[in-house]
Amino acid sequence: MTGLKSLMQPHRLVLMALFGAFVLWCALSMRWDWLPKYAPLALQGLWTTLWILVVTTVLGFLLAVPLGLAQAIGPWYLSAPARIFCTVIRGTPLLLQIWLLYYGLGSLFPQFPWIRSSELWPYLRQAWPYAVLALTLSYAGYEGEVMRGAFSGVAKGQLESARSFGMPRFTMFRRIWLPQAIRNVLPTLGGETILQLKATPLVATITVVEIYAVSSRVRADTFIVYEPLLLLALVYMVIAALIGLAFKRFENMGPTTRR
Amino acid sequence: MPTAASADPDPAATATPSTRTVSAAQGQSGQDAVRIEGLHKSFGTLEVLKGVSLTAKQGDVVAIIGGSGSGKSTMLRCINFLETPSAGKIVIDGEEIKMRADGSPANRRQIERIRTRLAMVFQSFNLWTHRTLLENVIEVPIHVLKVPRAEAIAQARTLLQRVGLANKEDSFPAFLSGGQQQRAAIARALAVDPSVMLFDEPTSALDPELVGEVLTVIRDLAAEGRTMLLVTHEMRFAREVADHVVYLYQGQIEEQGPPAEVFGNPKSDRLRQFLQSVS
Repeated sequence: MTGLKSLMQPHRLVLMALFGAFVLWCALSMRWDWLPKYAPLALQGLWTTLWILVVTTVLGFLLAVPLGLAQAIGPWYLSAPARIFCTVIRGTPLLLQIWLLYYGLGSLFPQFPWIRSSELWPYLRQAWPYAVLALTLSYAGYEGEVMRGAFSGVAKGQLESARSFGMPRFTMFRRIWLPQAIRNVLPTLGGETILQLKATPLVATITVVEIYAVSSRVRADTFIVYEPLLLLALVYMVIAALIGLAFKRFENMGPTTRR
Repeated sequence: MPTAASADPDPAATATPSTRTVSAAQGQSGQDAVRIEGLHKSFGTLEVLKGVSLTAKQGDVVAIIGGSGSGKSTMLRCINFLETPSAGKIVIDGEEIKMRADGSPANRRQIERIRTRLAMVFQSFNLWTHRTLLENVIEVPIHVLKVPRAEAIAQARTLLQRVGLANKEDSFPAFLSGGQQQRAAIARALAVDPSVMLFDEPTSALDPELVGEVLTVIRDLAAEGRTMLLVTHEMRFAREVADHVVYLYQGQIEEQGPPAEVFGNPKSDRLRQFLQSVS
């Protein structure tokens, strides 16, 4: 209960009172009558935001590992393409990438009859596959660069001792190299994942209805501007805080805090 | 849990440590555990080893001494191919390591198999920092030798107790002293029940007051008849535990023999000078 005691200090009490008053004022004097009507849509949007975030970070990271590895130790014919990919992704706006994929690739596909008649067409004619692809590639591009440093940063002796015991190369990668590399960059990955969360509203521009798109819909329908945006900010803050907490837990599982 | 027999057809690699202890103890004494012939190693134009030949019989403790840059660590690291020799022949337990013309191993599987019998203890410990001591010790038995997990843990606890770290099994290496880390590294090496142990200056990175605890552990291993190759700067220790002492000078064996002769009655001027400079 030391936490409670440290909260009971004058300046903190004042700040909390101010915040409480702000919340109260928001609740009482602003318009929230639209909420019940749009709540189901908002929940759907929240779900879309969350699954897009999770799917693209997981897929992006799976792609980032070989990208980082190729740059760290790969032969030139692997490291050069990986480096070019990361440079291009990191050098162009995400919005541009999303549009190039959706309006470019997405409008190219229908011109091929065999694509239109393929089993994938019901998916390819929707917007979300392009959103997922663009966000995945973006995350992979940034994290590929992070993982390159992470792989190079693992001490040589750690791998040498694994080799000296006859550990096969893949076992060594799976048991020693990758876990240590990830551990070294966990704080970075946590920050990048929050950035990824805040990149998701861009997919609203290609008609994917996630939580930001819902707030826009409310504004367009009801001409209420601030209330949906405030709620939106709160939602993003909560998700970001949860991501931060999750990564903190990962970090605490390692040797830095346990004695 | 994979069984011991399913993963690797080679019986030497898959035998559990307990059975290998028996075979190592029963191995005909006098048989060569390590034989090196005409070992050369160059880094670019710098020739570090210029034709070293050395034999360690089973149960031998061979101490390798020499000044810095004499090639003693390189020689040790060539034995398990952490460095690829430029030329020469290396035979472990009667099995010659197949090499290409440039000295690189011809068969990675063979190297990996032989390495499981050559446990190395490093100057800088090289314990895996993201795993606890217990996890460090069971890592190779479980994931390389395919020992059942429960068996590996039981054996690891015995080994940690033996090196005096029974109460530290859940600690991460970073929270231990150098001496404790090195003792844990020795336990990790013992966990594979190696036929030869390679010590690469095991006490050089330690504070003076921590050297003794590590040497005590090594002394015990020597007393129980482990085959060991020991690169060291601890001359008194080498004299005490070694059966055979090798003095390397600029990549060649300048003098070798029983410790009493090498230390008590050195024939080479360089060795005499070296012994004076370190004592």
